[in-house]
Amino acid sequence: MNQKNPLAGFRDGLGRFGDAVHDRWLSTPGWQRWVLYVLLIVGALLLPSESLAPIMSPYTDWATILFFPIGTYVVLAIGLNVVVGQAGLLDLGFVAFYAVGGYAMALIGTRLGWNFWLILVVGIGICALSGLTLGAPTLRLRGDYLAIVTLGFGEIIRITARNTDEIGGPNGIRGIPHPPSIEDFSLFGVNFSEVFGVDPFKYGNLNTHPYYYLLVALAVIVIILVKRWEKSRVGRAWAAIREDEDAAEVMGVPTFRFKLLAFAIGASIGGAMGVLWAAKSISINPNDFQFLLSATILAAVVMGGSGNLPGVMLGAFLVAWLPERFRGLQEYRMLIFGAVLVALMIFRPEGLLPSRQRKAELQEGTGGMGTLGAEVPGPDSQVEEVASK
Amino acid sequence: MLNDFINQFWPATIDGLAFGSIYALIALGYTMVYGVLRLINFAHSEVFMIGTFGAMLVPFVFGINSPLTGIALVGVVVAMILAGMLASAGTAIALERIAYRPLRKRGASRLAALISAIGASIFLQELFALLVIPEVFNRPEQGRIQMALPRLMERSELFSIFGHPVRIDQIFVILAAIGMMIALDALVNRSKIGRGIRATAQNPEAAVLMGVDINRIVRMTFLIGGGMAGVAGALYLISYENTHYFVGFLFGIKAFTAAVLGGIGNLRGALVGGITLGLVENYGAIFFGSDWKHVISFTILVLVLMFRPTGILGESLQQARA
Repeated sequence: MNQKNPLAGFRDGLGRFGDAVHDRWLSTPGWQRWVLYVLLIVGALLLPSESLAPIMSPYTDWATILFFPIGTYVVLAIGLNVVVGQAGLLDLGFVAFYAVGGYAMALIGTRLGWNFWLILVVGIGICALSGLTLGAPTLRLRGDYLAIVTLGFGEIIRITARNTDEIGGPNGIRGIPHPPSIEDFSLFGVNFSEVFGVDPFKYGNLNTHPYYYLLVALAVIVIILVKRWEKSRVGRAWAAIREDEDAAEVMGVPTFRFKLLAFAIGASIGGAMGVLWAAKSISINPNDFQFLLSATILAAVVMGGSGNLPGVMLGAFLVAWLPERFRGLQEYRMLIFGAVLVALMIFRPEGLLPSRQRKAELQEGTGGMGTLGAEVPGPDSQVEEVASK
Repeated sequence: MLNDFINQFWPATIDGLAFGSIYALIALGYTMVYGVLRLINFAHSEVFMIGTFGAMLVPFVFGINSPLTGIALVGVVVAMILAGMLASAGTAIALERIAYRPLRKRGASRLAALISAIGASIFLQELFALLVIPEVFNRPEQGRIQMALPRLMERSELFSIFGHPVRIDQIFVILAAIGMMIALDALVNRSKIGRGIRATAQNPEAAVLMGVDINRIVRMTFLIGGGMAGVAGALYLISYENTHYFVGFLFGIKAFTAAVLGGIGNLRGALVGGITLGLVENYGAIFFGSDWKHVISFTILVLVLMFRPTGILGESLQQARA
């Protein structure tokens, strides 16, 4: 490609570096990978350390924003990535499932007084069910139609919550119970609160750390599950559907069933995060579930590199962290966020850490933006030439 | 219940037509861009929002604060529509140039275009909330809340249908919208540009081979769609008399619903879809209360997509007769 773009060199360099890392990773033996996984988890657990706070978040409490928005966005993005990145279904109403999870926790917790862990299980079930209910009629649609229907559903859920006084109307629900605490937790005779100064299972209002650990645990479980799915028959079916739904159907992939499965899995992940978030934040109201949140999570997925898990997590981290980090710019941060999204899509539409497959597609010029992108390939090649004659 | 419906049928019809006309005008922008590029121009809602502010500029600059009559009224209203068109069309062109064309040239995915549009949408909203409203309209502390338009015309009763008054501004909005539709229909079906637009929608590759300048056609599409959104902005402002930086979101989604309802890519479909949506929404509000208005229109959207995804008139800009 004859790029005239001055940033192209930098971009290609970054791409080559990414490829090198990827190759290295593929040739890494199993035990080394496990060491790295453990190191990553330990790193994630140590992340809320006070020593990082001044660099990472000078304006707000680091441990707090690590739970929301950063951690929350990461888990939601992983969930949305199953739907958008893997199965290729454009979902603009993902926040609906997060809301269903949140409201499940709030309602069951305040009305029936169930235990958090029980609600978590039930909440995930409810969300999977709502994913199926929403998916069954709509998943016969494709592309943009699906996008707009999911957007409609997201708004229906929010407005219905706002208009229904039985579930608090616009004021939402207060007094959501925390998860049951285990105080003075000790392992192998080491009392955690004495040694580390944190009680890892004491869920109160004051300390965010325990919730963050819970979130890391949730994220790890979700990542393991999603990775397993991706490498299984299910993941291959999703990839086939994403690339060419008709061809997949002809090859004998029951596309509808797999799309429904992707929707249900995505919904459960979003719902689990909703339950956890509601349990921490005590009160929820319909305004927590605006369309902007769906858009932001989708932006995180695409920005990071749709379909590639590390990329998606990086994208979610940046989308959540940058506006908090630059709170000094105050009101202007959303303005800048918008501009950055546009700039990023112009200069790197495949995302920061794209999956290899996506990158290859882009270079071929296929998989493009509607007819003009796909059928009239190459930017500087034909269109201009023909048009100028 | 039924009594309510009978009592409120005519007011709801008039309201529905006025609402629907505005939806239809915005829907045209979605439908045209979708027809040509197969792309949901998500930032179109902001094009509409900027149209309302463009129109707001006219009474603001002239310092109007009491109702006008005669020539002055006509002049101001026409100026408002033109200003709205100018602001919106300019925004739409800028959007195409900055947020879409580079992506199109690289053959980026539709998802990337969607994110770019969402980014542009956030940017424009914040730009108006933070800079334009406080600086241009001198409202430093009230910038984020609603901006009211002084009453332009006496809202006198023009005539009445079965005892229910029909106001002059409502009739004006409906007539103006229909006038714009007819003009647009003629433009797309009879002019050279229109032929280029239809050709590109049908088969871009062949259109290029036949000597159609695709970039120009895409630009024109955005220009025309933006202009229509500008008219919608001015009409909205005249009938609602206030606007805010967030006004585009709901109207944008509704207008998109209208476009899908009528059959996306189909110009006459946008008109039919807009009017239908406006009417059904207002009739539904009689039964369920106006709180549920939005839920009603989204439910309609979902139902239409499930049972007749090509919309009432079917999708296609290319088949809009040669």
